[in-house]
Amino acid sequence: MTIDISQFFQVFYEETEEHLAAMESLLLALDIARPDAGQLNAIFRAAHSIKGSAGTFGFKDLAEVTHVLEHLLDRIRRGELLLREDMIDAFLAAGDLLKVLLAAHKGQGEAPVGAADAMCARLSALSAPQAPPEEEAYGFFEPQPEAPAGEEEAYGFFDEPPVSPGPPSPTAAVQPPAGEASIRVGVAKVDEMINLVGELVITQAMLVEAATGLDPVRHERLLDGLAQFERNTRNLQEAVMSIRMMPMATVFSRFPRVVRELSQKLGKRVELRTSGDDTELDKGLIERIVDPLTHLVRNSLDHGIESAAERRAAGKPEAGVITMKAFHQGGNVVIEVGDDGAGLSRPRILAKARERGLPADDRMTDAEVWQLIFEPGFSTAEKVTEISGRGVGMDVVKQNIGALGGRVEIQSAAGSGTCTVVRLPLTLAIIDGMSVAAGPETYVAPLGYVIESLQPEPEMVERRSGAGTLVLVREERLPMVALHEVFGVPDAVTAPEQAIVVVVESDGVRAALLVDAVGGQQPFVVKSLEANYRKVAGISGATIMGDGRVALILDVPALVRMACSALPAAA
Amino acid sequence: MAIDGLPGGNGASGSAREYLVFALGPDEYAIDILKVQEIRVYERPSALANAPAFVKGVVNLRGSIVPIVDLRIKFGAGAAEYTPFTVVVMLSVGRRLVGAVVDGVSDVVPLRAEDIVPAPEFAAGLGTRYIDGLAEAGERMLIVVDIEGLMLSAEMQLVDAAPRSGPDAALPAERTA
Repeated sequence: MTIDISQFFQVFYEETEEHLAAMESLLLALDIARPDAGQLNAIFRAAHSIKGSAGTFGFKDLAEVTHVLEHLLDRIRRGELLLREDMIDAFLAAGDLLKVLLAAHKGQGEAPVGAADAMCARLSALSAPQAPPEEEAYGFFEPQPEAPAGEEEAYGFFDEPPVSPGPPSPTAAVQPPAGEASIRVGVAKVDEMINLVGELVITQAMLVEAATGLDPVRHERLLDGLAQFERNTRNLQEAVMSIRMMPMATVFSRFPRVVRELSQKLGKRVELRTSGDDTELDKGLIERIVDPLTHLVRNSLDHGIESAAERRAAGKPEAGVITMKAFHQGGNVVIEVGDDGAGLSRPRILAKARERGLPADDRMTDAEVWQLIFEPGFSTAEKVTEISGRGVGMDVVKQNIGALGGRVEIQSAAGSGTCTVVRLPLTLAIIDGMSVAAGPETYVAPLGYVIESLQPEPEMVERRSGAGTLVLVREERLPMVALHEVFGVPDAVTAPEQAIVVVVESDGVRAALLVDAVGGQQPFVVKSLEANYRKVAGISGATIMGDGRVALILDVPALVRMACSALPAAA
Repeated sequence: MAIDGLPGGNGASGSAREYLVFALGPDEYAIDILKVQEIRVYERPSALANAPAFVKGVVNLRGSIVPIVDLRIKFGAGAAEYTPFTVVVMLSVGRRLVGAVVDGVSDVVPLRAEDIVPAPEFAAGLGTRYIDGLAEAGERMLIVVDIEGLMLSAEMQLVDAAPRSGPDAALPAERTA
């Protein structure tokens, strides 16, 4: 009987990726002078598992490289070879190559020709003079006499295609967050569940609304039941949402490698400290926060931390420290990237800003000055290096984080370092919003953008012929955009004096949204409008209200831009 | 919905497929019933900005945000009044959901491929591009419509011309594993 082996490829890819990630973090954690036997064994097992399954599936290049790697690791763990710094480098490079080869097998990119052989040679050279003969590289089907029982399991998994994915393999358990039994579930299934629970929450809200008029004495049991239902629904929603949550450790674990390589390249001694690794964040956010954080860490390394000589002169320890911290604060996740370097130079930023024609003023507060570095193309680095200084970076960081509904702030003190604080919502699936009405329609304004709402007095409104309307709020002239005009809503209040303005801020620019009325603040489940329709200007998504009707979520940055473009003079 | 259990299963008349018949003004149209998700009573949708007049807005269909198009307005057939008897045919086209307001849904008829004859060039109605042909069902003449092609066409303005990108791509429902 033949079994279609390709159905297990996906499991192999995922497991191999896990093994490679585990191997990398273990390698980085190794103390070269006194390697921990347990860690060495874990690295060996990861390589061994990859080799075993790669051989089974006929991925020859993967198997060859891991075979040589495993051989070397085996000798190290048995004390026949001493661990050296260059070995770690080679192992990390081998890990990278395996990732490339794996991606190539998955159909993503192409494997570099001859790279596998070159890596085998490089690894073999490390164990010289007793390098294994080349032919042995093909001998990966030979039994491993000293393999402990646990590895046979990893092997056996692929020999007999199992009915279920089975428990996580021993190496996966080395990673801190694992440890408990787990199952692998597709994201689509989880999202389906979140949708269904969202439905349940709406149904529950509808029931509560329907029951509001009931006599509490005569319907005591029903109302008690509804209250219980509400609690259960909320707990269920929290539990389901938590499935998508992943620990920050999955992000932080990439950075020891980044710091290690960059600091080597720059000739600086830098130590990375992380805290709050178990702080949880939505999977979608986790995936998209890596790039901005990498930018920040690179910046800290290149611009923040001074050279050893400068540090000595400043009376600081030679090794710089980069800290990455994550914690929950209110409904947000806060991620801080800090360094104990030289800090931002206020005069230099101001000078650079003037040079670039940006509004810069010596009376600006520090916070305002630091905001200048988020301007596109802004860089104070004196020379462009490979790592940073091309002036792309901070504006992209700010944009990326803004797109996730987050904010970036900078704290800096000359001589003692810089800290970039990133605030993110816990999840993209739910936003805190305020409902606003325009005519018969209801919209939701994400609270993150809302500053205040007020009813303007007649003297606060300034109409300019042909150039829109301004509202004077707290000594500031704000361009006004009327929701009913933007969205063509009939029967809305048109006179600003009788309506409400909601002051919003996006990218440091404020504008006033004219609405008929503002409603309550609450969390809203974000739904996609584009799943069944197309993109609508000024709208970022949709949500379902307690009465089952759809309310559109305002794309505040787009509305602010509309308000400003109508008023070129005031922008 | 009520469509379940109607006569004329696949076995009864060979290769016949079932079609839902709805009225638009004086004409009767037939669409593949497999494209019909359900039939609902019209409820006022939430309006969409800068949409053509026939796109009435969006409603909540068990957690999905579904656009509603009024085919009576689109094809200038029948008075676009909304009464408690106005019905919306919820269609599943491509991987999308869309609701179509029609004058009324009458019945389900089985049609074989040979029952459908090519239509002459039409001057009015749904436009010939998405008309598969004509079919006789008893006394009546049915216009067989490729509802999926019609709804996904650029003419209906329900689909973005270019593939989407940007921050909205992160909404959980659209992410793939």
